[in-house]
Amino acid sequence: MAAAPVPKHMTEGEVGLGLTLLVGALLCGLASARAVDAPFGIHMNLFALAGLAGIAGILKRYEGRPALAPPQEIDGRPNYNLGPVKFASIAAMAWGIAGFLVGCIIAFQLWAPALNLGLEYTGFGRLRPLHTSAVIFAFGGNVLIGTSLYVVQRTCRARLAGDLAPWFVVLGYNLFIVIAGTGYLMGVTQSKEYAEPEWYADLWLTIVWITYLVVFLATLWKRNEPHIFVANWFYLAFIVTIAMLHVVNNLALPVTVFGSKSYPIFAGVQDALIQWWYGHNAVGFFLTAGFLAIMYYFVPKRAERPIYSYRLSIIHFWALIFMYIWAGPHHLHYTALPDWAQTLGMTFSIMLWMPSWGGMINGLMTLSGAWDKLRTDPVLRFMVVSLAFYGMATFEGPMMSIKAVNALSHYTDWTIGHVHSGALGWVAYISFGALYCLVPWLWNRREVYSLKLVEWHFWISTLGIVLYITSMWVAGIMQGLMWRAYNALGFLEYSFVETVEAMQPYYLVRALGGVLFLIGALIMAYNLAMTIAGKTSAASEPLVDTLPGSAGLAPAE
Amino acid sequence: MATAQPGLWKRHEIFEKNSIILLIGALIVVAIGGLVEITPLFYLKSTVEAVEGVRPYTPLELAGRNIYIREGCYLCHSQMVRPMRDEIERYGHFSLAAESMYDHPFQWGSKRTGPDLARVGGKYSDQWHREHLIDPRAVVPASIMPAYGFLDRPLDADAIADDLKANRALGVPYTDEMIALARTDLKAQLDPDGSGAAELQRRYPGATIRDFGGDKTKAAEIDALIAYLQVLGTMVDFKIYEDKKNLR
Amino acid sequence: MTYESAAAFAQTSGLIYFVGIFTAVCLYAFWPRNRARFDAAAHLPLIED
Repeated sequence: MAAAPVPKHMTEGEVGLGLTLLVGALLCGLASARAVDAPFGIHMNLFALAGLAGIAGILKRYEGRPALAPPQEIDGRPNYNLGPVKFASIAAMAWGIAGFLVGCIIAFQLWAPALNLGLEYTGFGRLRPLHTSAVIFAFGGNVLIGTSLYVVQRTCRARLAGDLAPWFVVLGYNLFIVIAGTGYLMGVTQSKEYAEPEWYADLWLTIVWITYLVVFLATLWKRNEPHIFVANWFYLAFIVTIAMLHVVNNLALPVTVFGSKSYPIFAGVQDALIQWWYGHNAVGFFLTAGFLAIMYYFVPKRAERPIYSYRLSIIHFWALIFMYIWAGPHHLHYTALPDWAQTLGMTFSIMLWMPSWGGMINGLMTLSGAWDKLRTDPVLRFMVVSLAFYGMATFEGPMMSIKAVNALSHYTDWTIGHVHSGALGWVAYISFGALYCLVPWLWNRREVYSLKLVEWHFWISTLGIVLYITSMWVAGIMQGLMWRAYNALGFLEYSFVETVEAMQPYYLVRALGGVLFLIGALIMAYNLAMTIAGKTSAASEPLVDTLPGSAGLAPAE
Repeated sequence: MATAQPGLWKRHEIFEKNSIILLIGALIVVAIGGLVEITPLFYLKSTVEAVEGVRPYTPLELAGRNIYIREGCYLCHSQMVRPMRDEIERYGHFSLAAESMYDHPFQWGSKRTGPDLARVGGKYSDQWHREHLIDPRAVVPASIMPAYGFLDRPLDADAIADDLKANRALGVPYTDEMIALARTDLKAQLDPDGSGAAELQRRYPGATIRDFGGDKTKAAEIDALIAYLQVLGTMVDFKIYEDKKNLR
Repeated sequence: MTYESAAAFAQTSGLIYFVGIFTAVCLYAFWPRNRARFDAAAHLPLIED
């Protein structure tokens, strides 16, 4: 920095955001005073507090920061902005554990209903959205935001665009999670699966998400590479499509602007199709495209070899985003939805099998000639096994979309098993792999604290997944068959409650599988915490040299 | 490209070509699929034209429906009978699109941890529902449903007219009269001998007017929920399926 | 517009649109002149700075 002291001023961004937060906090404070229901009042107060905390944060940061904005480059190397990435990584780990824990609780509730406790806040109906949102949006979302803000910088060789904007994205997104989660416990929901938050939380997420899109795009515009790396294509499609799905599916009319309740503008069949157009593509673009972006960066990076076929990745990208968007109606087979829409959804679901497996093969074949790394590197193994689960889930999905199969599987626990083979096996495993890579890179460590513990995590959670999926397969198929079973006299063989009773042992096995998965995640959290603390474990030392070390690649902050 | 125009990537242009092509391309690809599938539905007669008997929910039923949504009942109970022999025998006539045409939002569900409820109306007595909601295992020993004893508390529906208004703004045919008298109608539905019963019946033909097993002078949340459950699947008259001899 | 015409139009245009997009993407991915660019791009994650 120059020797002469530079006078320190607040930037336009600091003043602008500070004032906006102040106005927002005041409006929320006023709204809370006029709230017609208690949850709305609590949430408005929460928003107001968050706004004030944001202003305090801006002032504190101003006090501590140098007069000049951080340089774009230091010694000719990009000066990457890693603070928001670090925050998102830690948040992902914390939310992941919370989400897995709630998942275990509701799994046990299905086995022992007394665990619902008879309280309104602890019933299955309120905890289930808490589980799904915590794992998909809180855990998965933070992984996606964190990795995308990292990957876009590294592959563009440019510092993240914006100064406060990236922080606004990660903190604002996590505020949305808190609002959504506390809302579910208080019974605030619009009952659209995976889009349960009410209108004010949706509005807030829209603001955050558009800022995210702008930060991501503006970083692409700053890039020092002629080509936009394919991982960024997937991230961009994920961000844009989620914005579109979120806005359309959440169109609703609040009963009053001072209350939490709203009514979605669509009704009946239209509402159902739009909801599952959203729901299916939340899987396609949030849980698939976004995590494929992670695959396209982290697998080559960890394996130290380029992606098997870059051309295949381009076809993969367009084919995947094209086909996914059509497949939604397979959630509505045999319903009041017109037949042609059901058939179209089924056809595209089956066609989706091809790009999905193309992507899986592209990722797996990246390791060709280096398969031995699977034996020595448990982090890479997490990612490769995630691809195997991805392949399995994307085979099972098209199969279940065939109307004849769907007739049996729909409404049963088979669907739950299918979702979890994708969620635990694919999404969580690729996320674990990415976090095990990312945390040492972010905090300038050579490797995670203990690869031994990574091994433990891998085997314990894999056993958990196997228990989970197999029990749900058996339970689901059995349930479907029992519902349609007839006795010799031509009467339905089982009453509904007999099929509920038959599920009990499988629900227990499933819950135990979930507990193993949670234990694995706790081991991971400990491992990552020790990594961040800079501890080294004796056990992992000898292994380090045989692994793709990250010593030389410590990014400058 | 980069070597030919070294300065291009550093100029921070507002519209950098490749990223915009990518952005617009992805948006077009994903937007058209949805439009092609969803738009025709808005022209489909079976989804936009009423079937004889389908009417907007009474204020009490609507309040009950909002409790159904609040407690996440849709997570374990579907409201969509598929046209398959076993489902029709177990639950009743398969669901028609028109039966959910006033449902903002739809409640078809995606999972049957418990049975389908599309046609649960009239199958069980009010007292059964009440006991079952308060302690499911007292009525069905093997049930795994949570207990909803806390619903036996006063229904806060002072602003129910606003809910009707919001629904009307979205196309549900509530009349000015229905909105103006929403609170009266809500109370009237609990009291068959009351002065408002006949008027309610006129505004909402076929509405069930009784105390739903509770106190007819004080509406509780559980009363509203039972009123909603008892109307489910009963608006359309399927005479041909009244013979329930095959149902278990 | 009736439902039938809306559905027929949607289905036909959807098919043409699908074939068109897929052809364009394959041409782009396999166009010989793009080869070098894609090979370079594949190494992007591996470059250190």
